[in-house]
Amino acid sequence: MSVLFHSLLLDHRVSPSFTRSHKKYPQHFSVQSCGFKTPRKAVSENGYAPAFSFLLFVCLNATFFLTSFSAQARTWKISPTQNFKRAVEQALPYDTLLIHKGLYRINNIIIDKPLTLIGQNFPVLDGQFKNEIFTITANDVTIQGLHFENVGMTSMIDWAAIKVLESRHVRIIGNRVRNSYFGIYLSASDHCLVQENDVRGNPKEEQNTGNGIHAWKCDSIRVENNRVAGHRDGIYFEFVTNSIIQRNFSHQNIRYGLHFMFSHKNGYFYNTFRQNGAGVAVMYTKFVTMKHNIFEQNWGGAAYGLLLKDISDSHIEQNTFNINTIGVYMEGCSRSVFSHNQFIKNGYAIRVQANCDDNTLVYNNFKGNTFDVATNGNVVLTKVAHNYWDKYEGYDLNRDGIGDVPFRPVSLYASVIERIPQAMMLLRSFTVTLLDRIEKIIPSITPESMKDESPMMKPIVYRKK
Amino acid sequence: MNKVTKYVLYDIVRNRFVMGYTLLLAAVSFSFFGFDPDPNKGLLSLLNIILMVVPLVSIIFSTIHFYNSYEFIELLSAQPLSRKSIFLSEYIGVAASLSLAFLVGVGIPTMLFEGTERGIVLIISGLLLTLSFVSLAFLAAVITRDKAKGMGLSLVIWFYFALVYDGLVLGILFSFSDYPLEKVMLFLTALNPTDLARIMVLMKMDISALMGFTGAVFQDFFSTNYGLIIALSVLMVWVVWPVALATRIFNKKDL
Repeated sequence: MSVLFHSLLLDHRVSPSFTRSHKKYPQHFSVQSCGFKTPRKAVSENGYAPAFSFLLFVCLNATFFLTSFSAQARTWKISPTQNFKRAVEQALPYDTLLIHKGLYRINNIIIDKPLTLIGQNFPVLDGQFKNEIFTITANDVTIQGLHFENVGMTSMIDWAAIKVLESRHVRIIGNRVRNSYFGIYLSASDHCLVQENDVRGNPKEEQNTGNGIHAWKCDSIRVENNRVAGHRDGIYFEFVTNSIIQRNFSHQNIRYGLHFMFSHKNGYFYNTFRQNGAGVAVMYTKFVTMKHNIFEQNWGGAAYGLLLKDISDSHIEQNTFNINTIGVYMEGCSRSVFSHNQFIKNGYAIRVQANCDDNTLVYNNFKGNTFDVATNGNVVLTKVAHNYWDKYEGYDLNRDGIGDVPFRPVSLYASVIERIPQAMMLLRSFTVTLLDRIEKIIPSITPESMKDESPMMKPIVYRKK
Repeated sequence: MNKVTKYVLYDIVRNRFVMGYTLLLAAVSFSFFGFDPDPNKGLLSLLNIILMVVPLVSIIFSTIHFYNSYEFIELLSAQPLSRKSIFLSEYIGVAASLSLAFLVGVGIPTMLFEGTERGIVLIISGLLLTLSFVSLAFLAAVITRDKAKGMGLSLVIWFYFALVYDGLVLGILFSFSDYPLEKVMLFLTALNPTDLARIMVLMKMDISALMGFTGAVFQDFFSTNYGLIIALSVLMVWVVWPVALATRIFNKKDL
């Protein structure tokens, strides 16, 4: 009896932290601050744990004792001399594995019970290009502070440093992934957290490089404060819903910084996408919210700050588009609102295809773009109002801050290029400037309906954060 | 020949016009670079000036200078000097003074604010543009004895290269837009020194990403050293052929 009691006390040194972290869980998932309503299923199932342990201490009831004992977690310490795989197999559910610093040559570790794996000083898990490193098939798994490297490449299976399959409440926090085919891969999982990971690939061609953070058919996941570089797509989502993606930094990926399809009702906040091969492309999705993101330096023949294809009922607000070939490219977009964005020094700030309808473009700043707006048709179904255009040359007689003459953001030259791309050769030629001037005075070729009736005289300043 | 060149050079430098031109260029360059913290923007604004003002000033000043020194040229022709050397000395004198003005007015500020490859390309293309328009001015001046006609001809040449030519190109593009015109465009650019200079600088500005397929073709051509050398040689041709033709005319001309 005394031995049991002793071990219980020992265990309790570990278990409070475990229960506490679970208590935190609903706070992590309180997505309401971002204006999102997600199913509140995320509320901890272990919410009763502190009361439970309190009871244990006070009553010392033997039956309680034994039943709770089996539920209590142990902490195992693993060093490079031990067999990693066996340690994982022998651990009981809700145990914690502390992994000491060192090199572990392991692969194909299947985590099929709720475990907490914590690395101390970034132990290196080397997959030796043979297989995946971790495959998680259980709920409530936490992976923290590990360094993964060298995950093999196959064309049949998407091997990843950490793969999560059909699980819930999996948390992947503060890991480093280097030189992997796929970095962190979530499949058919929900309520998972991917936080503060640093994923860096070694890109080859597009077809033999995987995605940094990849999620397929997930719901209510959070991807926060990660850094992804050198993969095919930095962050890739397909059929991911009700999720929050915030404060990530995705750069220098060979294809897209962010790429999603069929991923409705997700929110993207405070992310930075920089110098990705083709920028950011998002497709076939409804109810997207993108706020405070930065899209910059996506410069190249086929690079876009943000490519929107078949996106509807979305809000693109307070983002910065800086030095992109095309800031925003819209194709088949409907009922979306673009407000309070900054378009600075892009080739084209916005390119709207004629198949977009009922979008709203208000209170944006356009500064130093070669072309502000380009469109391929005469019919424009986008509402444009109250934007600041640095090319505006009108006046404001009543001094209400709104220009008295409408501004036409589509220049003659932009329409000419839309018809004859070869005419780009005349860029910055004096003739073209002259023609643009004439067109401004007597519009004939540029679409009549594309105009800002109430252009702002001064750049729109909005509060930060 | 050197003596004559030196004399022409002194004559022009004493003339306040070139001094004013230098100061104007310097003032414009410094204000463009100082106005915006981004030197790229300054470079683009400067490019507009180089494409418009530099050819205009070069061609007008050279024409006026040639007509004004007609008596001096006649006097020299009475001396035992070949006409070719008289004419070329005049050319070198004028070209050198204007190039110097350009190098001081634009070259120094550009090197100060943006002494990179693109800055250097801008300076070189501006310099070659100056030389080629001086060359064209000399051609215009030897064609006719009448000063008014010569001035008119110079202005027409400038007008053609700065404005009309691009309009014509646009017209060609509109009428033949169904055909692949990328290579044709490349050829058409070579027929206008201002266009050639503009494209050369723009290509260095990494603006080609904007230019789609045409841009890609141009980039392929201009980004290689081979292409750049070809472009520079074509600009050189634009310097050499008018003055060579002018020399031939001048040789046979009844002064």
